[in-house]
Amino acid sequence: MNRTDLPGLYVHVPFCKTKCPYCDFYSVTDTSLVDRWCTALLQEARMYPGLGEFDSLYIGGGTPSLLDDRQMTEFISALGGIFRFAPETELTVEMNPDDVTREKLGLYRSLGVNRISLGVQSFAEDEVRFLCRRHTAQQALSALEAVAGAGFREYGIDLMYGLPGQSLGAWQVTLERALSFDPDHLSCYQLTVEGNTPFAGMAKEGKLSMPDDALQAGLFVKTSECLTGAGFLHYEVSNFARGKERLARHNVKYWQHTPYLGLGPSAHSFTGRKRWWNVRDVTLYLKTIHSGHMPVEGSEELSSSQMNMEKILCGSRTLWGINVRDITPPLSEERITGLCDSGFITVEGQRIVPTLKGYLFADKLPLLIS
Amino acid sequence: MKHIRNFSIIAHIDHGKSTLADRLIQYTHLVEDRQFRDQILDNMDIERERGITIKSQTVDLPYIDENGQEYQLNLIDTPGHVDFSYEVSRALASCEGVLLLVDAAQGVEAQTLGNLYAALEHNLVIIPVINKIDLPVADVERVKNEIDDELGLDPDSAILCSAKEGTGIEDILKAIVERVRPPKGDAEKPLTALVFDAHYDSFRGTIVSCRVFDGTVKQGDTIRLMSQGTTYRVEEVGVFRLNREPQKELTAGMVGYIIAGIKTVSDTRIGETITLDTRPAPEPLPGFKDVKPVVFSSIYPIASDDYPSLLEALEKYKLNDASLVYQKDSSAALGQGFRCGYLGLLHLEIVQERLEREFDQSIIMTAPSVQYRFYLDDGTRLDVDNPLYYPDPGTIERSEEPYIRASILIPERYVGVVMKLCMERRGVNSQMSYPTPGRVEVTFDLPLAEVIFDFYDRLKSITQGYGSFDYEMIDYRESNLVKLDILVNGEKVDALSILVHRDNARERAVRVCERLKNEIPRQQFKIAIQGAIGGKIISRSTISAYRKDVTAKCYGGDITRKRKLLEKQKKGKKRMRIVGDVEIPQSAFLAALKTDDE
Repeated sequence: MNRTDLPGLYVHVPFCKTKCPYCDFYSVTDTSLVDRWCTALLQEARMYPGLGEFDSLYIGGGTPSLLDDRQMTEFISALGGIFRFAPETELTVEMNPDDVTREKLGLYRSLGVNRISLGVQSFAEDEVRFLCRRHTAQQALSALEAVAGAGFREYGIDLMYGLPGQSLGAWQVTLERALSFDPDHLSCYQLTVEGNTPFAGMAKEGKLSMPDDALQAGLFVKTSECLTGAGFLHYEVSNFARGKERLARHNVKYWQHTPYLGLGPSAHSFTGRKRWWNVRDVTLYLKTIHSGHMPVEGSEELSSSQMNMEKILCGSRTLWGINVRDITPPLSEERITGLCDSGFITVEGQRIVPTLKGYLFADKLPLLIS
Repeated sequence: MKHIRNFSIIAHIDHGKSTLADRLIQYTHLVEDRQFRDQILDNMDIERERGITIKSQTVDLPYIDENGQEYQLNLIDTPGHVDFSYEVSRALASCEGVLLLVDAAQGVEAQTLGNLYAALEHNLVIIPVINKIDLPVADVERVKNEIDDELGLDPDSAILCSAKEGTGIEDILKAIVERVRPPKGDAEKPLTALVFDAHYDSFRGTIVSCRVFDGTVKQGDTIRLMSQGTTYRVEEVGVFRLNREPQKELTAGMVGYIIAGIKTVSDTRIGETITLDTRPAPEPLPGFKDVKPVVFSSIYPIASDDYPSLLEALEKYKLNDASLVYQKDSSAALGQGFRCGYLGLLHLEIVQERLEREFDQSIIMTAPSVQYRFYLDDGTRLDVDNPLYYPDPGTIERSEEPYIRASILIPERYVGVVMKLCMERRGVNSQMSYPTPGRVEVTFDLPLAEVIFDFYDRLKSITQGYGSFDYEMIDYRESNLVKLDILVNGEKVDALSILVHRDNARERAVRVCERLKNEIPRQQFKIAIQGAIGGKIISRSTISAYRKDVTAKCYGGDITRKRKLLEKQKKGKKRMRIVGDVEIPQSAFLAALKTDDE
């Protein structure tokens, strides 16, 4: 799917059956609130009347696939009535392998969903257990088979690596297993210990032995080499697409500062200058909307230097790189040559583009160039 | 004049000098109790925290004895630290008597002795006061014995007091009136007034504290500062109560202040003699000395843009502290800064803390140095207090460093550890005396450079706080000096260079390398840290490269957070110093320059 400059719509489904110990996305396990959330979300959507066309709808979470058929049907069709969508809009739903059934996939297709993002994480039984996923490795394989055969225009797989004790060889096996399904898209996330997660607590107590950074770097490089060797485009630090036509259109908007509207607790919105974010609390979200107010917790208006900084930090993570005009003070020729010589970047016309080594230091690169 | 008494309180640190001064003020009703703020005389934050007086203040206490006779008791406060011994000596020169304060639990300590000698030199009446008798561990009899044996004073003349509880205050005031001589002097003679302190007031300029020996000075007079020959017209004279109280005149015997349009405290000198321009005294009062700094270090702003603001802060600071000297300095690693000279290590710390707290400066201070002398093959002598100016070692015939004589008073059981410490610090000519059973006075000649390097902290720690220490500068002695350089990835970090005795070079080099290793964050390449003398590497540590610096996720909710982190890092980067390609945080400089062992 090609990217366009139309805005994207994000819906945050803040529910999970169980919480994964590494995840810091906002969700709760009290699914009795789902109906009320659904009503409130549509009410929130109506607070933004008169918007133009969207060309992506991303239903993420949380675990959107835990919505039952009625809930999903009602709320996708209601959104279709509230907002306008361009032809060929990318409509993604995130799914958990244990929620995947042929019936559900069929329903999604009938609702216009054309892209599935499947949270596989791993094909190794011990790793799946370590991550406290609800599915087994075998379930993941069957789910993937079902998704691959369901006739969606595209589907992608989420994987995690850099797990304690994981060897290069074990990760290679997982990658090859994923490739054997011939997906359109792969997101490969290096396990990061996020604050306020159970893993953070374990790490603090020394109960989480993360791979050393040499191995982590090795895993990162291995991932890129393996997937680019299989014909994938390494277009963002953690994202790979089978060619330019298969980029995750919605996610690309985040990295290109294309506007997006986010609905639901903790969702972020961006107009091109202004960003705001919703309260990170379902109950408060419901209450605020019920009283007729926007559930916005905070907002910011980016100054042009902040905007440039964000362009630099996103550009350091993507193959589009950074326009040198966005770098202030301007980079000297000498500095650019130095960064090329150290292997962090290449120069393509007006843009400096991170290399694989640049991706490896994507959090550092903005400091080296600005 | 016969109803005036000029006196000081002298004491070892923590023996309660400021508390006693407060009590005396309170007792003479200079302040209402409710206005009374503890330790009125010590009004600087640092003084309050450390319990030491840095800048002395003077106060006149009105006192009426039992016969209804009114007296003017002038308390001349003195700085309580050896760094300021010259200031102390000028204050004592302005007195006829002192209260020698001894802690009833601690007893006589090294500085008590030092203070006693200073008072005897000025031929002052000494009134021993045993303070803190309220303490459960007070041992008045033992302290009386020490006063007898160690100080050679009549123990029966000692007054018992608890400044904290206010007991014995009346006895002290009575003793001042009875025992301290009234000042002598002739109001008709040409004016001689001794400057013993100076403060800066942003409205009035310099407020000079002085003791008039002969003559009279009043508003409208033209005074002359005899050492410099400068003249000023007197705007106001007066005495110190809690605030300044203008008087018609100051005459022989009096202690007070003169305001005469003197712009900064540096325009006058402690120890200066003031006379009248129209009728000058034939000779200045004795004892004037131009105090020279003995410890040197450079100050750099942490962010190089802050240089102008640091300059302004130093200029302002200097208004009130004539003893700080500074000049421009520059370093390849730290940019523009200042080379400063201090009276001692405490003075250095005071300057550092006040610049940071009162003037809001973020600074990096280089390792303190003494002034070395290098005799070169062309027959000249080069005095160097800054490692940057270390001469070509091939041209050095011999070198010298300053020595002090340390006097250390300890309970006998610590003799072993103290001897060991002094030997490690290249001490020579040790002597021991036993002033009272169980107590030892150890004297050593020590290089000053060894003393400014954490000596006092070590002494306190190995003697569990019982050791006390006093010192005087003695002379320069031959020494084997080298310049130790620190290299980061092959580049010299000039701000970390030190001049050091050859025997200590390796140990210091190893320590600095280790500390830098712990403080410099890993970077995307390997970093070598080396200590070197000339071209020879004598220590080395390595910081391994990190291999990745990237977080996996960057979606809608992550971007603001990432940008904020980046903004913070960029700000932090301004505070980093780049040597070669290596970013060295301020904390690394501070750690490398830290003097203690821990």
